[in-house]
Amino acid sequence: MKSVVKNTPLQALDDMLTVSNITKLYGDFAANKNIDFNILPGEIHALLGENGAGKSTLVKMLYGSLQPSSGQILWKGEPVSINSPSFARKLGIGMVFQHFSLFDALNVSENIALSLSPDLTIAEVAAKAKELSTHYGLPLNPDALIGDLSVGERQRVEIVRCLMQDPELIILDEPTSVLTPQEAEKLFKTLDILKAEGRSILFISHRLDEVRRLCDRATILRFGEVSGACDPSKETSASIARMMVGNDVNIIKKGASVSSDDVLLEASQLSQPAITPFAIELNNINFKVHSGEILGIAGVAGNGQSELFDVISGEIIADKDDNIKIRGKDVGGLSINKRRKLGASFVPEERLGHGAISQFHLSDNMLLARHQSDVVAFQRMGRIGVVWREMVEKATKRVCEIMDVRKADIDPIAASLSGGNLQKFIIGRELDRQPSVLVINQPSWGVDAGAALHIRQSIVNLAKSGSAILVISQDLDEIFELSDRITVMFDGKLSEPLDTSKTNREEIGLLMAGVGINEGKHAA
Amino acid sequence: MGLVEAILLTVFTAATPLLIAALGELVTERSGVLNLGVEGMMIMGAISGFAFAIYTGNPYMGALAAIIIGVLFSLLFAFLTISLVTNQVATGLALTILGLGLSGLWGEAFIGVPGIKLQPIIVPLLSDIPFFGKLFFQQDIIFYFSILLLIGVSWFLFKSRAGLVLRAVGDSHTSAHALGLSVIKTRYLAVMFGGACSGLAGAHLSLVYTTQWIENMTAGRGWIALALVVFASWRPNRVLIGAYLFGAVGIAQLHIQALGFKIPTQFLSALPYLATIVVLVIISQNRRLTMVNTPASLGKGFVADK
Repeated sequence: MKSVVKNTPLQALDDMLTVSNITKLYGDFAANKNIDFNILPGEIHALLGENGAGKSTLVKMLYGSLQPSSGQILWKGEPVSINSPSFARKLGIGMVFQHFSLFDALNVSENIALSLSPDLTIAEVAAKAKELSTHYGLPLNPDALIGDLSVGERQRVEIVRCLMQDPELIILDEPTSVLTPQEAEKLFKTLDILKAEGRSILFISHRLDEVRRLCDRATILRFGEVSGACDPSKETSASIARMMVGNDVNIIKKGASVSSDDVLLEASQLSQPAITPFAIELNNINFKVHSGEILGIAGVAGNGQSELFDVISGEIIADKDDNIKIRGKDVGGLSINKRRKLGASFVPEERLGHGAISQFHLSDNMLLARHQSDVVAFQRMGRIGVVWREMVEKATKRVCEIMDVRKADIDPIAASLSGGNLQKFIIGRELDRQPSVLVINQPSWGVDAGAALHIRQSIVNLAKSGSAILVISQDLDEIFELSDRITVMFDGKLSEPLDTSKTNREEIGLLMAGVGINEGKHAA
Repeated sequence: MGLVEAILLTVFTAATPLLIAALGELVTERSGVLNLGVEGMMIMGAISGFAFAIYTGNPYMGALAAIIIGVLFSLLFAFLTISLVTNQVATGLALTILGLGLSGLWGEAFIGVPGIKLQPIIVPLLSDIPFFGKLFFQQDIIFYFSILLLIGVSWFLFKSRAGLVLRAVGDSHTSAHALGLSVIKTRYLAVMFGGACSGLAGAHLSLVYTTQWIENMTAGRGWIALALVVFASWRPNRVLIGAYLFGAVGIAQLHIQALGFKIPTQFLSALPYLATIVVLVIISQNRRLTMVNTPASLGKGFVADK
């Protein structure tokens, strides 16, 4: 039931949306240059490209948050000037953002109501959101505060919010990057329904397998220009990747496991009550990570992964000292910096605001994270502790080079980096310490294929050098690619770890849905 | 009139300007703008209320003028901080200093001139209720207005759509902008509302509290109002508690001093501040609630992507 691929010049009259010769300049720099493409009614159109290829800029112009420097956008054949997101919504263009545009202090229905017409009361919005979310299989609680939700749950809110406006064109920016395979399947079903209803979807993704399965056509951007167009079902992932990056993409080299008997990170009988009404209670968590081993924790968003990360990193102090051991030492009651000084490193899920301060320069973010653990390197004059800027800047430079962090200045503020580049910086900042224990939450969420490869390869290399690594991820591909053993988190509990070689995606998928996790005290 | 009634009435009079100014600032801050110029806007309200009451012979015209001058004065702040994205703290401080100076200049002619008092409005029937009638239904119009304002602001913030937009803008102006909400317009209106309230609160001082012009007569009440907003964790009903508590302890310590207890007067003068802080800290124990109510983008300038 695929639409026919059109390689003929633009036939604006049939199009839902036509982009004609769009250019967006920032000074001399062209973020988008002479872009042409079109979206047909009822098609799923993929927009592909590496981070920094200009996808976000293009999409922002379609949604009215940015104005093109030149060129034209046609909506159903009529030239339009989309000067604001509300005008875009009025036309029938809906958008699900990658960097969510949600309000932490407001609840789900209030967040949704803000993008709707003012005639609806909050109660009506809540009722309709509930109805839509059940209909499309995107469960959410209208009264939950956004600040208490996980990334995956927030995305559901974004999607439902978009669907509430009954859009004819839906722009989805990296929608599956936080979903389990089963959840992604459900989303695809939703998309199929939407497509059957005659709506068009602009689908931005780094997962080429998905794009090949789902999308009718694809437009590929590189360095701000259209570098190709194709029918993805007729291509291989490798051939599409080549159009994106201009050369062949490698897969990571894992090699044989070097796992030893030496336990470097251990959690035993770790239980933690929920700290907010919407948080997850951790229930008797036990695991061991050995030297040279990567243990993967899979699971659907919001099953206690962020709570577990917080307790292991020391953002939340554990009940008992011996609940958590790093290199054999009880650390349950120690602060983050004391744990870091023992050789542990932590990379949280949110890059901005948690992994880095958005308005601080990279070197300041470097210093903030490591001023205690690298006291000798980063400070001088003994106890007075004067910051040794030169060393901090050197380390920043080193990390950016090793991790291939692409940036406009020598030392830009964190917020100016794209998601993938910032993630490379944050991970590089920790890897640079050669930590003996690394705990990392969602290593390559929303990161393009090239950067993800780089990140994963670095993690594997660190394990090879004898470190113990705990990877928490909702991306099953990533879990399988990296882990020596896999365990699944469901409702605050961990399943028995399974050897990666002896399990498969179906088994893990069932565990993620809560089937077969012991002492089945499931949520009602 | 019994002694208790008389004391309570003075408490009401002391609390009313604090309540009004704090509610105005609360709305301003909920939109993400920190206006430290409350003291300056209040004193401008006090002098313009006083002056226009004399010019027109009508204290109501004075109150109206105070509101208008308050709005105009806040517009200066709004233009600088919102349109020109100057630092909000520095600009707010400047506004206070400007207001104190300007009002002194304007008020020079009014020193020693008797003012015109806003007379109480006696509500028929209700004012005959023993005790309560006297307290609640024989008051000046600004008192009645302060209670309506409290209800109105609570309703606006938590029940109306415009209030939702205001809270959204204060929580994340970036997200609000991405959704197409007008950050600039919302903040302008919020700052102007704060200015109107501060102006009226100032007029209460010169038209009800003491019907004369004294330089610097706000005497730090603008700062108290600012502090109340923070300690009340940006919630209107807590501002009410704070304002009345501060007013009550302030009056009580005067009576204690009058009764001649051997407590240092400095300590007694500090008592209202102490009591207010203690009580508001205790009721702010719920950290989660405080976090949810704190406008996350408070004090941050907003510049839209181009």
